[in-house]
Amino acid sequence: MTSFDQGGEAASIVSVTDKVKPVSLGMAVTAVHYLGDRAAFVGTEESVAVVDGEGEISKVDVTGGGILAAVSDGARLVFGGDDGKVTALDKAGAVSVLVTDPKRRWIDNVALHPDGAIAWSVGKTAFVRQPKGEEKSLEVPSTAGGLAFAPKGLRLAIAHYNGATLWFPNMAGEPEFLGWAGSHHAVTFSPDNKFLVTAMHEPALHGWRLADSRHMRMTGYPSRVKSMSWGSGGRFLATSGADMVILWPFVGKDGPMGKEPAMLAPMKAKVTAVACHPKQDILACGYEDGTVLMVRMQDGAEILVRRNETPPIAAIGWNAAGTWLAFSDESGEAGLLPL
Amino acid sequence: MSDASKIPVTVLTGYLGAGKTTLLNRILSEDHGKKYAVIVNEFGEIGIDNDLIVGADEEVFEMNNGCICCTVRGDLVRIISGLMRRKGKFDAIIVETTGLADPAPVAQTFFVDEDVQKNARLDAVVTVADAKWLSDRLKDAPEAKNQIAFADVIVLNKTDLVSPPELAEVEARIRAINPYARLHRTERCQIAISDVLERGAFDLDRILEIEPEFLNAGDDHDHHHDHDHGHDHHHDHAHGLKHYHDEDMQSLSLRSDKPLDPSRFMPWLQNLVQTEGGKILRSKGILSFQDDDDRYVFQGVHMMLEGDHQRKWKPDEARQSRVVFIGRELPEDAIREGFERCIVT
Repeated sequence: MTSFDQGGEAASIVSVTDKVKPVSLGMAVTAVHYLGDRAAFVGTEESVAVVDGEGEISKVDVTGGGILAAVSDGARLVFGGDDGKVTALDKAGAVSVLVTDPKRRWIDNVALHPDGAIAWSVGKTAFVRQPKGEEKSLEVPSTAGGLAFAPKGLRLAIAHYNGATLWFPNMAGEPEFLGWAGSHHAVTFSPDNKFLVTAMHEPALHGWRLADSRHMRMTGYPSRVKSMSWGSGGRFLATSGADMVILWPFVGKDGPMGKEPAMLAPMKAKVTAVACHPKQDILACGYEDGTVLMVRMQDGAEILVRRNETPPIAAIGWNAAGTWLAFSDESGEAGLLPL
Repeated sequence: MSDASKIPVTVLTGYLGAGKTTLLNRILSEDHGKKYAVIVNEFGEIGIDNDLIVGADEEVFEMNNGCICCTVRGDLVRIISGLMRRKGKFDAIIVETTGLADPAPVAQTFFVDEDVQKNARLDAVVTVADAKWLSDRLKDAPEAKNQIAFADVIVLNKTDLVSPPELAEVEARIRAINPYARLHRTERCQIAISDVLERGAFDLDRILEIEPEFLNAGDDHDHHHDHDHGHDHHHDHAHGLKHYHDEDMQSLSLRSDKPLDPSRFMPWLQNLVQTEGGKILRSKGILSFQDDDDRYVFQGVHMMLEGDHQRKWKPDEARQSRVVFIGRELPEDAIREGFERCIVT
């Protein structure tokens, strides 16, 4: 399948393209999050475009330079910038500077904890600041490629070259090191707190079972994995990096060990962004050629959301209730789909 | 890599004190109407006046592909992807490496990293060398040798501090290591910016255009006019190999006026860089294949090769194949024999 045309064999595919509200953001986009009942598209530089369900756009400048990282907990969006600042945007549209690096070094990564703690990294150093303002830092062996808070407790995973470090900022003990040769970038805990998965510089994921540090090699991708999303209940991890969505099973105590991943929605273009529905076994995925699909995990049934032949899809995301889907291509041609 | 939409990257290297920062400040202060993003090591400690200046820490990552010499600079991967968010704010990137850095991981980053390759192209490795002290550094510092071996452009600086024979000697030493780089003599890095930037030396389409002397490399680069210095015996072998007794780095230049058989040459070259890639720092070639009206151009860094048909041979052009390898302890006889077996007789 190369493209979705009207008629022919593709006519059998259900389409909801006419239900999508197109939105022109007028800026390059890298991510989409939600602030309350509005979608917040993160630009490559300076601005965030906050869009309501009617497609009304309000742009907010959040940094003085490039936005290197952005995370959200639904109530606020937190950014790492190449201006050396960690800034936050809240639901009311207020921007506040949370951290200023004294040497104005790049803030490469940020992470948010449900209790309000934030983490960020500058080169090899990861920082955690708790809601009371107490700040702690840890130096890892090489530049932090990714940060993630564990779903339980105040524990931070820091991905770096040759492995990941697990750190309890409030405990005196030594951080735990999980080794695996190679450069580790994005990192994520499984929602049940049993597994840690990193996306590597090479086209592969690596996982560890936290109970016994057993390794999980998740390889076979033609290109680097840049987008990962946990399916409802954490039973699957959906990923980009191939010309179909790769879905690793995380049911049972062994996770994906010794199991084959499911492969959904094959196209002749690479998947660039994935987002699992927060409640149902449905995922949305965007491709390098601009196509957006919704896919039912059980049987791979596909629904066309957006036609192809545009720039790559850079951002895709569901709101917390799973009642609308927002996406954008790299150039900022975005869409909203209410369900 | 010839895609014009990719941001050109110039790598500025050279041993400590050779004059890298002087050259960098020269480039930035010149009235050229361009904006550069500059990646430096001593972030904030040197007086570089530029908006887009980023600190790097020279993290070298081995790739997990089983190839012992495939490395990338992790910090460059990260910084270039960060800079790409601000595409449109600058025209080119200059990477200043520390005096002790190995240029190979920098160059390989542009070959192997998929995101970097998509967005940026390596323009040239520019090595600043100190005319007064380079000969000593070549004896005691392997980094200085690597920097000369990797260079596409060599800025031989501080020429006012040496006598003409000393200058001839240091140039001969450079040529013995790297016969195809453009060499410029300077005082206080006084050089036209166009001689340093936008060279396209890693661009296959431009290899010969910017390096017209490439096909003559090894023949007439012997600037070593009087060499009665006693201890440095300078050998000039028949086929362009030159080395000093105290020199482990060498260049090997091969030539054929008869066409090559691609079905023999390609597997031979692949196998050579697979088995000897650790020793071969750089390779470049312009090839005339049998029954092929196009020139074939290739270049490589260690085990990584890229090559393509470039353009038609011009009617008045000699269809000559030329290959240069720069490296350490190259198995000269085996390489020469292998090359000769690829010649159509």
